[in-house]
Amino acid sequence: MSQFNLNSSYKAVVIGGSAGSFQGITKILSQLPKTFPLPIIMCLHRLKHVRNGFVEALSIKSVFPVVEPNDKEQIKKGGIYLAPSNYHMSVELGNYFAMSTEEMINNSRPAIDITLGTAAFVYREKLIGILLSGANRDGGMGMKHIKDKGGLTIVQEPSECMIDTMPKAAINLTKIDHVLKVDDIVSLINELDKYYR
Amino acid sequence: MIQDIDIADLKRITELIHSKYGYDFRNYAMSSFKRRMLRILEVKNLSIESLLKKLSESPVFINEFLDELTVNVTEMFRDPGFWRVIRDEIIPGILLNHKTFNIWHAGCSSGEEVISMAILLREMGIHNDVSLYATDLDTTILEKAKMASYPAKNMELNEKNYIRFEGKWTLKDYCKEENGKVTFDKGLLANVTFRKHDLVIGDVFNKFDLILCRNVMIYFNQTLQNEVLKKFHASLFKYGYLAIGSKESLIWCDVANRFLVVSNEEKVYKKIKD
Ligand SMILES: C[S@@+](CC[C@H](N)C(=O)[O-])C[C@H]1O[C@@H](n2cnc3c(N)ncnc32)[C@H](O)[C@@H]1O
Repeated sequence: MSQFNLNSSYKAVVIGGSAGSFQGITKILSQLPKTFPLPIIMCLHRLKHVRNGFVEALSIKSVFPVVEPNDKEQIKKGGIYLAPSNYHMSVELGNYFAMSTEEMINNSRPAIDITLGTAAFVYREKLIGILLSGANRDGGMGMKHIKDKGGLTIVQEPSECMIDTMPKAAINLTKIDHVLKVDDIVSLINELDKYYR
Repeated sequence: MIQDIDIADLKRITELIHSKYGYDFRNYAMSSFKRRMLRILEVKNLSIESLLKKLSESPVFINEFLDELTVNVTEMFRDPGFWRVIRDEIIPGILLNHKTFNIWHAGCSSGEEVISMAILLREMGIHNDVSLYATDLDTTILEKAKMASYPAKNMELNEKNYIRFEGKWTLKDYCKEENGKVTFDKGLLANVTFRKHDLVIGDVFNKFDLILCRNVMIYFNQTLQNEVLKKFHASLFKYGYLAIGSKESLIWCDVANRFLVVSNEEKVYKKIKD
């Protein structure tokens, strides 16, 4: 069982993804353990200015409904959250979300670096960061922040990615604990779940 | 480049600004405030100590500082579905009771939201019957708003929003392009009063039938949001409307039970109790 050397100290999972990550993300969400105890906080690049549709598409595939939180909404155990279109989404001390309309970063709003970086600041070593397929460098700095605070870093195996720029950027910036195919990310999450029973 | 700022250092900055200039950022949301501070230190090439020194010794710096600190990103007809609700439900609702009325744009930034409203009102044929008040804390951005002149490259997005709003014409009909800038017809701003107003320390200064405060309170923590929402409640006539940003909500605040949800999707509320 200890393939990944996990434990029950984690408080949240953050996931970043861009071009080519939709399949991976839906696979992960569709195979979540029914009792998964941690919030899953996702920041995915998405069509600009299309507010509707995406969260619904993810929800259909997901074991639990996916929500786009409101500003200052509390982060709940087992909640699955998606950064809304055209807003950056931060995690704040006190365990809630905050939205902002600051300038785009890496041509993106929401920017993965912001969600991952602020989550790292709040959850420190109790955070798992996962970065999937993507066509730009967003998320690399966020993964570095997670590693620097002692969290666990995982990227999708570049050879499996439709576009591998994003995971490779993270690999170049920081130590990545696990480079995994999506199926193995699913196994890791299922193994993690067992520590919380 | 400085990678991070301690909460203690952020406190020193907000305390200094508060005691010396009266602006109160102590209840702003932490993450975005910290990013803004990091950005200021980077673009002005300052250390925390030199920033503190500059703020305490050079009063002219404060306006420049406020302009950098505030997030001014905005669009015309942002969230087109919201503007359709304003045109098709909210304004007809106000017109049932009043022929003339007041609108307040709180946190108007560079004015795109105000121009959008003016265009909407003109297309409804009631532009002359409405007084608009547009306020912001940031005087630099207010000057830009008065000019109604924007980079031409922003127009692609604005025009897309306008098409989805299902406006009557095109935005080009309302502006002229010259040297990479578009300037809107000044007549659109004829009934607009621009003025500096700080939502945190400012008083209730008028009564309104419709208040828009979109994507402003997201920069506040919940304690401050709660206080500001009380001021909005006091600034509305009974049965007046309050519109907030698409990712904001007021169901949790002290005055929530004095409002009715008119559009949950577009976040428009109606004051039903004094
Ligand atoms: C992101 S813009 C919102 C523009 C527009 N309402 C929209 O939704 O696109 C936020 C604005 O709020 C202003 N603001 C921030 N704090 C304020 C305060 N305490 N009082 C008044 N305005 C404030 C900023 O200067 C900025 O122009």
